Amino acid sequence: MAGLTKSEFANPVINWIDTRLPIFTMMQKEYAVFPTPKNFNYFWNFGALATVNLAIMIITGIFLAMNYQPNADLAFSSVQHIMRDVNYGWLLRYVHQNGASMFFIVTYIHIFRGLYYGSYKTPRELLWMLGVVILLLMMATAFMGYVLPWGQMSYWGATVITNLFSAFPIVGPKIVTLLWGGFSVDNPTLNRFFALHYLLPFVLVGVIFLHIAALHVTGSNNPLGIDVKSPQDTLPFHPYYTAKDSIGVCVFLIVFSVLVFFAPNYLGDANNFIPANPLQTPADIVPEWYFLPYYAILRSVPNKLLGVCMMFGSLLVMFVLPWLDTSPVRSARFRPIYRQLIWVWVVAVIVLGICGAHKPEGIWVVLSRICTLYYFLHYLVILPVLGKLERPLPLPESISRPVLGARGGGPLPGGAPAKPMEKA
Amino acid sequence: MMRPQRSIMARSVPMRSAIVRSLLACVLVTGLFAATAVAQEGEMPNERWSFEHAFGTFDLAAAQRGFQVYSNVCSNCHSMKYLHYRDLSGIGLDEDQIKAIAANVTVPSGTDDQGNPKEGPATPASEFKSPFPNDKAARAANNGALPPDLSLIVNAREGGPNYIYGILTGFGQPPAGFKMQDGMNYNRMFPGHQIAMPPPLQDGTVEYTDGTPNNLNQEAHDVVTFLAWAANPELVERKQIGVRVVLFLMFMTGLTYAVKRKVWSDVDH
Repeated sequence: MAGLTKSEFANPVINWIDTRLPIFTMMQKEYAVFPTPKNFNYFWNFGALATVNLAIMIITGIFLAMNYQPNADLAFSSVQHIMRDVNYGWLLRYVHQNGASMFFIVTYIHIFRGLYYGSYKTPRELLWMLGVVILLLMMATAFMGYVLPWGQMSYWGATVITNLFSAFPIVGPKIVTLLWGGFSVDNPTLNRFFALHYLLPFVLVGVIFLHIAALHVTGSNNPLGIDVKSPQDTLPFHPYYTAKDSIGVCVFLIVFSVLVFFAPNYLGDANNFIPANPLQTPADIVPEWYFLPYYAILRSVPNKLLGVCMMFGSLLVMFVLPWLDTSPVRSARFRPIYRQLIWVWVVAVIVLGICGAHKPEGIWVVLSRICTLYYFLHYLVILPVLGKLERPLPLPESISRPVLGARGGGPLPGGAPAKPMEKA
Repeated sequence: MMRPQRSIMARSVPMRSAIVRSLLACVLVTGLFAATAVAQEGEMPNERWSFEHAFGTFDLAAAQRGFQVYSNVCSNCHSMKYLHYRDLSGIGLDEDQIKAIAANVTVPSGTDDQGNPKEGPATPASEFKSPFPNDKAARAANNGALPPDLSLIVNAREGGPNYIYGILTGFGQPPAGFKMQDGMNYNRMFPGHQIAMPPPLQDGTVEYTDGTPNNLNQEAHDVVTFLAWAANPELVERKQIGVRVVLFLMFMTGLTYAVKRKVWSDVDH
């Protein structure tokens, strides 16, 4: 029987399947015994949390789609139908609506983890770039999802954001017409956004699969940012990290539930409770909170085309981050200057977010310009130069013997015992 | 066909579009802008609402009185098209009461044998009857201003219930030298202070059957409680489920943490 897998599973049914299609062997290899650095902190929960979040979004989204009408005349009232008449429709919708915010909270922390511990550096460049693709897909999906309730902010948000493409010379107006399916945001726009909003999450699943596949080739980074040297540095993923991720999932669900059940509209905009009206422009068009920093970058530049380029550039620059950061040391723990500057970058992004929520006047313009400048300075100047100038702290020789210096690099009492490995 | 018509109307009647814009302006205040606007437009009231906070529920007696205010006063101009009469069970009315309320209303009920549209009494399954057949008719009857639908009004304004309460109790004489446009009314709360709606409530506008004093503040408080319920009918059930879900998750977190400690007890990390 050439080509059949030799399965180690005792259960005859599982064995029969596994012999012909070794999915159980694969799961065992990639999720059960998969060697994982033993020194993860709780920042390493956020990839799992994002996966759980995506599952919640897809499940609630499918049930919402069963009751939603992607039609400019019916969309708003069909959302009210979901909220009022569909059994637990309000729960489905509030979970989906706040799930978008939770998804971005979790993903932004996940990205910060990567930046702080240098997870984008060799050999994980492609893993990181796939992550940037995931972020872009998430943003497109979230933007189109926000249009679907067809409230005032849905409509005018869609108008403003799609109009950005008109800044590009020659092809710009054609792209906008293509996005709209006409000459203004209208029913065809809503139809295609609904179709794409349903499609993109599954594209996302595909790219996330590649993201995880790449992760399982290189293995995970860890808070020390040094390579795994021996089996003593690792633990099998199950039960150690399934247990640790479960704690994260519980805490994540608590935060999620507090939002959904006690403040479901806290992150929303009052304007979106008013049906879309093409004849009345809101005084202040503001995107959802997770787009505010990019919105601030866009508005900090007086020239529309340049502003649009800067906004997209602020995301695209992340693709080349692995080559902009010239330091061979991954973890900020051993980079005394980077460790401070990464927080300055975080503050700049948060200030940009606050600027994005305010009208671009007075102090907000100045602040958003300073922060935009710093944002790009960080990527394009500080990271390339800092890698050459900074003197990193001495790296530990291995994960199981992390502390050099303080204890003189001598052997620590009891490295990783072999026992956990035997369990696997 | 609706949209071009409306746009022509808006352009041909400048005052109407001014009203539309001022109506809209109140909707659009957000963030810091809201804070400054409120400071200019008069103090945002800070009423105590039965439905506030994590454990708040609707004061059903107030909501029922508020429904009376809506039916007697507001419903003459404002629709609540996302509500059905059956929903009134949410403010504690029983089936017979709801049937009686619906039966008093005449709504379109399909067509007769000749295919002509006919009317009949509403049922609990009917939508709340709108005072005007369409927006155009509503504007024509209201000096060009469109009375907004009230189904979601509490959620659709910054400040929510306090803002609506502020509008209802904010009418008065304009200060000396304040220029009013024709047909407009002075309101402390409203952005720009000129609102097309005449003062809908005064002391004694509604006669309560339960002996509650029918002064302006009480009437406004009651109708806002009703409108808050109408905008968030799921609120009480949502919070009740929320308490149970969060308690369960806290228990699960503790349990998971204990399991994790046990699993990791043999690892030196």
